[in-house]
Amino acid sequence: METIALSENLKETIRIDAKNMYYRQLNDMVREAIASGAKDVIIDSVNGQRYIGAGIERKDVTIIINGTPGNDLAAFMDGPTIIVNGNAQDGAGNTMNDGKIVIHGDAGDVLGYGMRGGKLFVKGNVGYRVGIHMKGYKNQIPVIIAGGTAGDFLGEYMAGGILILLGLNNNTHSIVGDYLGTGMHGGVMYIRDEVNPYRCGVEVGIAELDDGDKNTLERYLKEFCDDFSLDFNEIIKERFVKLYPKSSRPYGRLYAY
Amino acid sequence: MRSQELLWRTKDPEILRQLGKDISGCGLSGIINIRGQRISGEAIRCSIACQHDRGNGLGGGFAAYGIYPRYRDYYALHIMYDSHDAKNSTEDYLDHHLSVELGERIPTRPVPNINKPPLLWRYFVKGRKEEEGDFEIADDEYMVKIVMGINATIPGAFVFSSGKNMGVFKGVGFPEELAEFFMIDEYQGYLWLAHNRFPTNTPGWWGGAHPFNLLDWSIIHNGEISSYGINKRYLEMFGYKLTLMTDTEVVAYLLDLLVRRHKLNLNVASTVLSPPFWKDIEKSDDKEKEAFTALRMVYGSAMLNGPFAFIFGFTRGMVGMNDRIKLRPFVVATKGDNFYMASEEAAIREICPEPDKVWSPRAGHSVIVELDRSVTV
Amino acid sequence: MKTFIPPDFRVYIEHERCRRCKRCLMNCSFDAYTFQDRVTPDDSKCVGCNRCAVFCPEHAITISNTPIGYREHPLWSMKARKDIWKQSETGGVLLTGMGNDQPFRIYWDHIVIDACQVTNPSIDPLREPMELRTYLGKKPDAVSVKMDRDGKLELATELLPQIEINTPIIFAAMSYGAVSLNVQKSIAMAAKEFGTLWNTGEGGLHEDLYHYGSNTIVQVASGRFGVSSEYLKIAVASEIKIGQGAKPGIGGHLPGEKVNLDVSKTRMIPQGTDALSPAPQHDIYSIEDLRQLIYAIKEANGYKPVGVKIAAVHNVAAISSGIARAGADWIYIDGFRGGTGASPTIIRDHIGIPIELALAAVDERLRQEGIRNSVSIIAAGGIRNSGDVAKAIALGADTVAIGTAALVALGCSLCQKCYTGNCAWGITTQRPELVRRIDPEVGAERIYNLLRGWSLELKEILGALGLNSIESLRGSRERLRGIGLNEVELRILGIKHAGE
Repeated sequence: METIALSENLKETIRIDAKNMYYRQLNDMVREAIASGAKDVIIDSVNGQRYIGAGIERKDVTIIINGTPGNDLAAFMDGPTIIVNGNAQDGAGNTMNDGKIVIHGDAGDVLGYGMRGGKLFVKGNVGYRVGIHMKGYKNQIPVIIAGGTAGDFLGEYMAGGILILLGLNNNTHSIVGDYLGTGMHGGVMYIRDEVNPYRCGVEVGIAELDDGDKNTLERYLKEFCDDFSLDFNEIIKERFVKLYPKSSRPYGRLYAY
Repeated sequence: MRSQELLWRTKDPEILRQLGKDISGCGLSGIINIRGQRISGEAIRCSIACQHDRGNGLGGGFAAYGIYPRYRDYYALHIMYDSHDAKNSTEDYLDHHLSVELGERIPTRPVPNINKPPLLWRYFVKGRKEEEGDFEIADDEYMVKIVMGINATIPGAFVFSSGKNMGVFKGVGFPEELAEFFMIDEYQGYLWLAHNRFPTNTPGWWGGAHPFNLLDWSIIHNGEISSYGINKRYLEMFGYKLTLMTDTEVVAYLLDLLVRRHKLNLNVASTVLSPPFWKDIEKSDDKEKEAFTALRMVYGSAMLNGPFAFIFGFTRGMVGMNDRIKLRPFVVATKGDNFYMASEEAAIREICPEPDKVWSPRAGHSVIVELDRSVTV
Repeated sequence: MKTFIPPDFRVYIEHERCRRCKRCLMNCSFDAYTFQDRVTPDDSKCVGCNRCAVFCPEHAITISNTPIGYREHPLWSMKARKDIWKQSETGGVLLTGMGNDQPFRIYWDHIVIDACQVTNPSIDPLREPMELRTYLGKKPDAVSVKMDRDGKLELATELLPQIEINTPIIFAAMSYGAVSLNVQKSIAMAAKEFGTLWNTGEGGLHEDLYHYGSNTIVQVASGRFGVSSEYLKIAVASEIKIGQGAKPGIGGHLPGEKVNLDVSKTRMIPQGTDALSPAPQHDIYSIEDLRQLIYAIKEANGYKPVGVKIAAVHNVAAISSGIARAGADWIYIDGFRGGTGASPTIIRDHIGIPIELALAAVDERLRQEGIRNSVSIIAAGGIRNSGDVAKAIALGADTVAIGTAALVALGCSLCQKCYTGNCAWGITTQRPELVRRIDPEVGAERIYNLLRGWSLELKEILGALGLNSIESLRGSRERLRGIGLNEVELRILGIKHAGE
């Protein structure tokens, strides 16, 4: 571990080489670095180490990961910013409460499961069951934005928050998979593509964006474009559709009393 | 514990019936060079070691293709024994039914955590003695009978590999320890599979580790096949004897049935195992709809249901797939002539840091990689 | 002759509540009520169908079993004594309706279903795909599939016709004559709406029901009532009825008084004549004769599927193997709890075996012989809920058939007096004023709702099992366990005991 004094305000950066390091050791080092006052932790040669950033409760900390972090990246995280220069595996942002994850690559399945707050930005494609059961609570609005395409079950059981899918550089016929928003009963999705109702859960409504939607979309999208140096105007000029839950209680006629 | 120890000794079908089904979680890794260039086992060892936490030290193994070029025309039988008696009975059986070119101990190194290995032997054999009758039966069919015969009748003996110019090495331990034990780094193969196992109810039996093999089919598998009960009964109808109580055995035999016996190509066989949903079939054109519908109607009992990803290897290729709603992870990458498949991207990057392409195949879609047609192995 | 038989039921009227609307008089089709200043019941006529109690706006009627003051005897039960009195007074064969009501073991209630925990995920049927679609018919062991230049699949094997159903529940055969036309209309409508099958029974197909043809199985039984070339062609499949669970091995007859104009037209027999169903089909004295009839029907119906229905009897497994080899597209096995409009009590209660054991034995036998693919199995005779359905499928059935459950949905309270033709619920009657009690639209809705509820529950069960398609449950006995069963029972059912 080496410690470098970076700038005038004495913000400290700690750099860790994770080559062949077991995750327990690595995560201990990260926690130790943060406890010692580091604001930026840079981890190099990451490959498959799980749980990086898991359970960390500090807002003023940035963890930069160079490589491919393992599963459950930032699980239960409550505040920090994580930047991944590479792809993320499955389960990133699992039950995350606050903070921000910026992934300069693709992300795997079950991204942002039960996420209650914070932001999860992925430049590339995302896997299956992304944003599954993400929920808003009190003032918290979780936001997931993926620049590429998504697998099946996007926004499954979605109960709150905002999911935005852009389909940039996409050459497949649809940027969403099947079973889109099945069980959706809260929150909203903005999809930068036409959405065939055939692909949606029965609980999902498709609509045009109103002015409120446009404001929300633009606000988050600008931040996303800043993070990845993308051209906001190019992206926003395409048509978006809004997916919303038709009912907060979709299963009224299911049970016999 | 009880069940697997029993399994090792008993060949009594009634006791086998009583045994619980094996349940386990896992990590997978596979590599193939489509030009048939041989790669050291060291690469696959690193890749599977990276997925250490997907297993629990109770099972690991490797399948390697192209490792016995000198004996490429012989079936290589890898057999484990729990006693010299078992070995003697088996060798008598082999001598009686086959011509054995060479029988030798499988070379191993001492490794601290690998305890009480069984006797591990390999035999290079020809399909059958010339003077024996029954010429109707093809060599492969005959070998299947031999393997099933040993596994079903000789207590304490278990054939765990029976293909040509390939071999399975597996046991109880973490895969990296087993790699050391079996000296995997000293083999050169054009196709490698590795497995890291997390059994939940059946520790302690070497035969229970993956890969599972029959002839040149080797399977590594992550997940549980919830349709095991009917898959097993379906296979029994075609004469397969399922003795190992594992999901993976079912997959191996289904492939044997669909590809070797029913002559379905790999693509169609994968469709049978992980078929499209009716709602998607409804949307295909008439001809495809008819074909998919027929496959589902006829092969409904062969469909694999539940969470799974598996990779299977065979002489000319490697196939990876997962279940219809993607309940287990599966990643594929390419770099030049090499194709990689694994449970986690990190397992691929461990041995191929800058792949040309990395992707997660869609649920239920198989990825089939075959050797270039010009390659002979 | 003075009867010694005490009334089965006691009818109690709360006169303070009764407002003398006489609805009970109108509803009772057994004339158990008279009215002089106030409602007076005649207990001896009450069959316990509870029509009056349900329709009493003041809930003033309570029907209870007559308290029996006779000395108890374990061998000479009240039923035994009453039956003897009845026969000593009439000299007749005791008749009854519905299925076997004796306290034989109900195997369904000794079988439990598995669920996923940890090692495989359960699947949420509301959010994730869950498939119940089932095909009935003879399937080959293997098919050949070609791939065209674009990589698209093309079937190279010609399959025999298959019937698609949207849920593994079809309706049992109940003939026009035994039940009213409005019952058949209700069932046919529900079958069409849900995408499943109903079965004409052996009484022909009324012309009002012709347009349900694609959801109709027409039955060919020993009486050949209403069987014509048109009848065979109009339906999606035919079924040869050899026997039925409530009365294996015997025939029956529909009394002439029930053969009204409409029934006569449908059955194609003169009005007012008895409709006799011989015990055997006189062109089937052996298995090769069955094959001959199957193919005769196929010639006539354009090679649509032809099934064979048998009662579950001791040798059911071997018989089923023969039926499969005779070319049947399905074997319908009716257990001894299967219902009937009329059966001698002694037959209903003492002949045949439970469907659970019969089904398990048949499926296993067909697998041992490697011919399970060549025939579908329909299990029936006492399916009460979706749990029974799931267990039947796991034991090996392709689908179940329900008769009694559908009638209960229409109001049947199992009073077992179907054979009188006086059904107060308008089900097993041809009396026009009673038939009108079922509005086919409402009846269809009730039955559709039942199918819907059971199908949703089946999806819940599949989800708990971690399966998303019904074919992965079919025959998967590994997912069942027995409770309180002995080793022989477990062996026959092919399941382990709970805890194993």
